[in-house]
Amino acid sequence: MSDQSLHPPLVNSSLLPPMAPPCGIRPSPATWIRKNLFSTPFSGVLTICFTVLAAWLLHQFVSFAVLDAVWAGGQEECRANPDGACWPFIVEKFDYLRYGAYPLSERWRVDLTLAIGAVLIVWLLWKRAPRRNLAALLFFIVYPVVAFVLLRGVASLNLPVIDTVLWGGLLITLLMSVVGIVFSLPIGVLLALGRRSELPLVRAVCVIFIEVVRGVPFITVLFMANFMMPLFVPDYLTPDRLLRPLIAIALFSSAYMAEVVRAGLQAIPKGQYEAAKALGVSYFTMMRLIILPQALTIVIPGIVSTFIGLFKDTTLVAIVGIADFLRAVETARVDPNWAGPTISSTGYLFAGLVYWIFCFGMSRYSQSMERELARGHKS
Amino acid sequence: MSDVLLAAPSRRSLSLHDAKVRGIIYQLLLAVSLLALAVGIAVQTASNMRARGIPLSFGFWNEAAGFDINQTLIPYDTLSTYGQAFWVGVVNTLYVSLLGIVLATVLGFVVGIARLSPNWIVSKVAASYVEIIRNIPLLLQLLFWYNAVLKALPAPRASIELPGGIYLNNRGLIIPEIQLYEGAGTVELAFLAATIFCGAFWSYARRAQNRTGKQLPVLWVILAALIGLPLIVFLLVGSPVSFVMPELKGFNYRGGHQLYPEFAALLIGLSVYTASFIAEIVRSGIQAVPKGQTEAAHALGLAPGKTLRLVIVPQALRIIIPPLTSQYLNLTKNSSLAVFIGYPDLVQIFAGTVLNQTGAAVQVMAITLSVYLAISLVMSMAMNTFNQRFAIVER
Repeated sequence: MSDQSLHPPLVNSSLLPPMAPPCGIRPSPATWIRKNLFSTPFSGVLTICFTVLAAWLLHQFVSFAVLDAVWAGGQEECRANPDGACWPFIVEKFDYLRYGAYPLSERWRVDLTLAIGAVLIVWLLWKRAPRRNLAALLFFIVYPVVAFVLLRGVASLNLPVIDTVLWGGLLITLLMSVVGIVFSLPIGVLLALGRRSELPLVRAVCVIFIEVVRGVPFITVLFMANFMMPLFVPDYLTPDRLLRPLIAIALFSSAYMAEVVRAGLQAIPKGQYEAAKALGVSYFTMMRLIILPQALTIVIPGIVSTFIGLFKDTTLVAIVGIADFLRAVETARVDPNWAGPTISSTGYLFAGLVYWIFCFGMSRYSQSMERELARGHKS
Repeated sequence: MSDVLLAAPSRRSLSLHDAKVRGIIYQLLLAVSLLALAVGIAVQTASNMRARGIPLSFGFWNEAAGFDINQTLIPYDTLSTYGQAFWVGVVNTLYVSLLGIVLATVLGFVVGIARLSPNWIVSKVAASYVEIIRNIPLLLQLLFWYNAVLKALPAPRASIELPGGIYLNNRGLIIPEIQLYEGAGTVELAFLAATIFCGAFWSYARRAQNRTGKQLPVLWVILAALIGLPLIVFLLVGSPVSFVMPELKGFNYRGGHQLYPEFAALLIGLSVYTASFIAEIVRSGIQAVPKGQTEAAHALGLAPGKTLRLVIVPQALRIIIPPLTSQYLNLTKNSSLAVFIGYPDLVQIFAGTVLNQTGAAVQVMAITLSVYLAISLVMSMAMNTFNQRFAIVER
């Protein structure tokens, strides 16, 4: 004990050599396969069955869309090929699918409107962009006016008026969804606040509106807008044929939006309301500066998924004679000039891809937002 | 009223600074404006309808409809009334919705559980299914199934022949018709008796288990009774059944039951689409059950199957049921997309053909909306009752 040299020093002055990682942390491919694909005999059978199924489906898809498809040529080549997609058909109809019958010389106006919209949406959704509230202001208040002026036209600004009968294709689909989101969010917020109001009459009106709209199919709402709105108003006020489904879509999605916003309002701790009231802040200021900013941030994923639903529901406006993107595909595919064996499948495949890219992109954004929010709450 | 209040602001009496007073004023304003709007619309609608010669009453209900419906579950012909056409629509909507709910639930649970499978490829295939299907509009899927798959089948003369006298062509799936003879009623009676016996046995087994802790083989006894008893009676009375085989006559098949492509496309489309949402609900529901529950069940010596059946699933169901209800409602509402492919559901028959023939837009839409609202109400009530049975019993 007295001899100190027998004991090692308490502080090691040199670095210890790194140890090899314990085995099993990074498994070899063979271990991974055994663990994830062939852990039990049943699992092995499943693996084989599902691999065959997946490979077959993938092969069907690739050979139809790529390998056996007609890439160049015209109607004759497509008619001669019963196995693959007919892409020249899409190429020829591409402008029709995008603009409908919008006059050729004025299509730059559609492009400009869509470009402005795209810039604003990216600005609004990009998490690290500066001045996002300015983007919100522009998107929700200035943009609808600009879009209306550009798309419909104002004669005094040297923009000829284009009748809405000529509008069609992807333009209509995007217009419907943008109008839906721009109007449904504010109305939805009001309805959600109304539903949580302490005034019984306000609450009752909001509950009835929300529950009735959510209880009926969108098609019936469209029918109502189309057949009954002209009966509700004097003849000189009859809404335009495109305006009727737009009103329907705005009202329909605001009921769903209201439920999403309500979930956000309920998630805000009561202390926030009480603190604001204790400071003497009035109801509307409290909502505008304290509650809604927090509540709306929480429900961004919900808002996005409602928007995805809205985007998919715009396909139904075809029932009241509006030529949206899907309707344009339907019209294009029955064109007698292109009566080939795979025209229908090609049209549906293309439409499916377009819708899928939009919806999948949005759902990915919503998922990343969800992860971000979850992280924020944990830390 | 507000003038008086402004003229005499006092702390004791009614004041605009009192939140209650302001509340009453807001509500009065709302009530007055809503009432004015409603009255305005009602007056305007009535005058518009008179001006256009649209009937204001429900008198059309008992008039002859004069159009035919190719798929009905209840008696209907061209001489029937609009009222009967309405009921055909309601029954068809309910029929396709109920079948769709059953199929979507089965498919959705299978896919949802497959997504949680430890097997990598199984979970990836299930995940791809969900991500592809739910991001494509239902209408596009319906049109695809109808126009690109079912309508692209060969014509009746070149039908695909399946074993058992089943034919598949672009007019649908034709299966042999079952014809019953005398004595078939006894089989039905036997089935009824078996059902009653099963109910009695089940409650007896429950009481026995509560008393002694021993489990009786309930499932096997029920299966044996439900299948065995009717089968024995069926053989005893000498198989009173025959099949009418469909035959090609002219351009179409005669005899046999026909499953129309409109119905099939709607059913497939609705089930496949809704299943992708149900799969996500099932997955998150099962994932929400804490892992400790599985471990505790294993520690108590429960077999894996029983762990799933008695511990995990009851707890997951509690989370799954509310969103599942709204998916069922969505499916029912989405069945109105039938109008695009020509399946005669409520919207296609009533809000479509009947509305066009009679012009009575307000009455027809009011009835249609009420039917959907009633379905929503009944379904949420049924699911709430079911939900209460599964709710946690807290001490």
